[in-house]
Amino acid sequence: MNHLPQAWGRPRDDIYGAYNHSHLAPGQPTTHTKSPIVTGTSVIALKFRDGVVIAADNLASYGSLARFTDVKRLRKFNDKAVLGFGGDVSDMQYLDRHLNALAVRENYSSGSGAGEKASSTSAEASEEERAESLDNEGAGTGMAANNLHKYLQKLLYRRRSDFNPLWNHILIAGLSTPDPKVPDATPQPFLKSVDLLGTAFGAPSLATGFGAHLAQPILRRVVPDEEAVKKIDEKTAVEAVRECMKVLWYRDARSLDRYSLAIVTGEGVRLSEDERVEGQSWEFAEGIRGYGTQVV
Amino acid sequence: MPGFDFSNHNRNAALHAQGVPLPKATSTGTTIVGCLYDGGVVIAADTRATSGPIVADKNCEKLHYISPQIWCAGAGTAADTEFTTALISSNLELHALSTGRTPRVVTCMTLLKQHLFRYQGHIGAYLVVAGVDPTGAHLFTVHAHGSTDKLPYVTMGSGSLAAMSVFETQWKRSLSRDDAVKLCADAIQAGIFNDLGSGSNVDVAVITAEKTTLMRNYITPNVREKKQRNYRFERGTTAVLAEKVIKREEISKYVTVHELSDESVAGAAEKMDVDL
Amino acid sequence: MAAIFTGAPPNSGPGYSFTQTPAPTSASEPRQHAFYPYTDNGGSTLGISSSNFTILAGDTRSTSGYNINTRYAPKLFHIDSADPSSRLVLSVVGFAADGEALAERLDTVVKMYRYQHGKTISVGAAAQRLSHVLYGKRFFPYYVHAILGGLDEEGKGALYSYDPVGSYEREQCRAAGAAASLIMPFLDNQVNYKNQYVAGSGVGHELQQRDPRPLERKEVEELVRDAFTSAVERHIEVGDGLQMMVITKEGVEEVYRELKKD
Repeated sequence: MNHLPQAWGRPRDDIYGAYNHSHLAPGQPTTHTKSPIVTGTSVIALKFRDGVVIAADNLASYGSLARFTDVKRLRKFNDKAVLGFGGDVSDMQYLDRHLNALAVRENYSSGSGAGEKASSTSAEASEEERAESLDNEGAGTGMAANNLHKYLQKLLYRRRSDFNPLWNHILIAGLSTPDPKVPDATPQPFLKSVDLLGTAFGAPSLATGFGAHLAQPILRRVVPDEEAVKKIDEKTAVEAVRECMKVLWYRDARSLDRYSLAIVTGEGVRLSEDERVEGQSWEFAEGIRGYGTQVV
Repeated sequence: MPGFDFSNHNRNAALHAQGVPLPKATSTGTTIVGCLYDGGVVIAADTRATSGPIVADKNCEKLHYISPQIWCAGAGTAADTEFTTALISSNLELHALSTGRTPRVVTCMTLLKQHLFRYQGHIGAYLVVAGVDPTGAHLFTVHAHGSTDKLPYVTMGSGSLAAMSVFETQWKRSLSRDDAVKLCADAIQAGIFNDLGSGSNVDVAVITAEKTTLMRNYITPNVREKKQRNYRFERGTTAVLAEKVIKREEISKYVTVHELSDESVAGAAEKMDVDL
Repeated sequence: MAAIFTGAPPNSGPGYSFTQTPAPTSASEPRQHAFYPYTDNGGSTLGISSSNFTILAGDTRSTSGYNINTRYAPKLFHIDSADPSSRLVLSVVGFAADGEALAERLDTVVKMYRYQHGKTISVGAAAQRLSHVLYGKRFFPYYVHAILGGLDEEGKGALYSYDPVGSYEREQCRAAGAAASLIMPFLDNQVNYKNQYVAGSGVGHELQQRDPRPLERKEVEELVRDAFTSAVERHIEVGDGLQMMVITKEGVEEVYRELKKD
């Protein structure tokens, strides 16, 4: 071993050749996301009586090129929260790694949930069972959707304040921690968004990107206010979201007819990543001849 | 060439480069829609006119007359939509008189696109043209640069996406008159409630082979509530520093004075909101 | 074929409430597409203080361009609400993320004061601390117009208004945000009786100004309601809901009422 600590753990020059320091030149500017490159379009979500439904298509665009057609933009965090990413895909993947690490940390540190489950069965827990509980990405972590949202808001606001933004608009859907001031309170449906500037807001229905223009008017008719959320069941909510995905497929040039859809309720998360836009109608096109004076 | 004078263009560009803001035109940052149905065509508009973030007119009219059976909904720069539709309306009337036939919607659309194309988008008029002529019911959109579209349902303006979301979920072939009116009114309301550039009331026009029915303020979903307080000032509250009275006899030397009774004024224009 | 939605105005929409939008670069320079860390979320706030209470109010609409983000995003924050004797309310309007960050900073400051001194901070001290918090970011400001309300040591209503970098002043009333220029003249006239004279008190310059008097709670609530319903009529970024906080010696009372949603 070399006696210089600076060389410990580094590739040996005599085997790998000298390290090329040119791309670490101090004179060069730091590399930040100054504009998104590979992007995802809309994410839409809607609260209903006992949970939240969220959807995003499986396309990652490179400018106007439909570059990757099988990119999953919904991410389950745990049994209480699902994230939907719009905007830059590389920043999404960075956040995905970051959140994986967070979920692992949470699993080890939190006394409830996974930890509890593991300890209660630890006496006779088989090797597979323990592996499964770890595999289940932070299944029983203490973090509910509202905690995760606050965490991401702080993260994205900090990054924008450092002029090094994560170029995403994220929807956080799931269940919140019960209100501590209300006795016997149950977890409530939770839906909020956060963007690259750290701006955060919640509503009965939310949509990012093009969906904010095209899908939100449809969703607001279904749930105009929190009062309406209590009257809507899962079926109605899912139907509304599917209808929106269809309209976005019709009118958003950066969209795809294959999408992911997740439903978060007290029973957990149901995530499907190979949904299809169904029941399309191109009836309007019949009988159209030209754009002006043409009749044949 | 007669028409607009562009000689100040370079001066204005130089001023703008030095930081002088361009004058702001009133725009009808708008939702306008149109929809064909069996037996005619419906067009509809909201009634908000804006100047930047300020509402310039809460109940303006965006449905313009072209000919008895051809009407136009306008979005974009208010002055451009008004002058363009008025000009084409006149030309179409002259054309109708010279040919002795009722004007056709395609003729109107062609006049509009040729006029707008000549000005390369500088006339900011975005129009929905609808009408019924001997060849049937027609619906077009005309963009400021002169391109046109022919579709069974169309939307335009800043609320066009909100309105289109309604058509894309609820439109079907072979609508009845009432269904088409309801669909257009719903599309406008989607614009009114989801787009900040659109607001106030819904105007609808239904054109059939027989007649045109203009339903001004068809829906009024945004009536202002009663004010909490009374803001009538006691006479003498406002300071008067100088006073000069001009008698009617005096002023009638310079202008003609007509005697009006209170009743005749009320019918002529919208009444002002006064605290009593 | 025609682009279908070109009738719409540019995506950035109206950014009118702040004049400091990034200056356009001239055509000769290479175009820099830099990240701009601010946005304007619209809305308006106002505060009125009287002899024994202060009222703060704000609409609950959050906008981005011509879009409504949500119809309910509060702009009023009860500072250190865990302390039953807290009588501080902060209202923020402008860039919502900065507003929220500022409210949390002040909340922490006020809590730390209570922990360290064993008593609730006075509104005057909190006001000065807020000024320092704002000036602390002089060269990367919190892009907000803040109004702080409370009760002073004599139990009188106290109201402080701030510019984004911490210049502040105690006032009777103040409107801030998108519709400030619409609401403030109304408040000048109806709260401080500006441009109102006592009828028949003299001729020309002899005429007596009408003297302002402390207003009753009901009067102020009505004025606030009328100010906002009027702003909703004429400003596109104001609407949806009216959140009001009434600060009296009994506590902080929150009132919510609907506004027009167009």
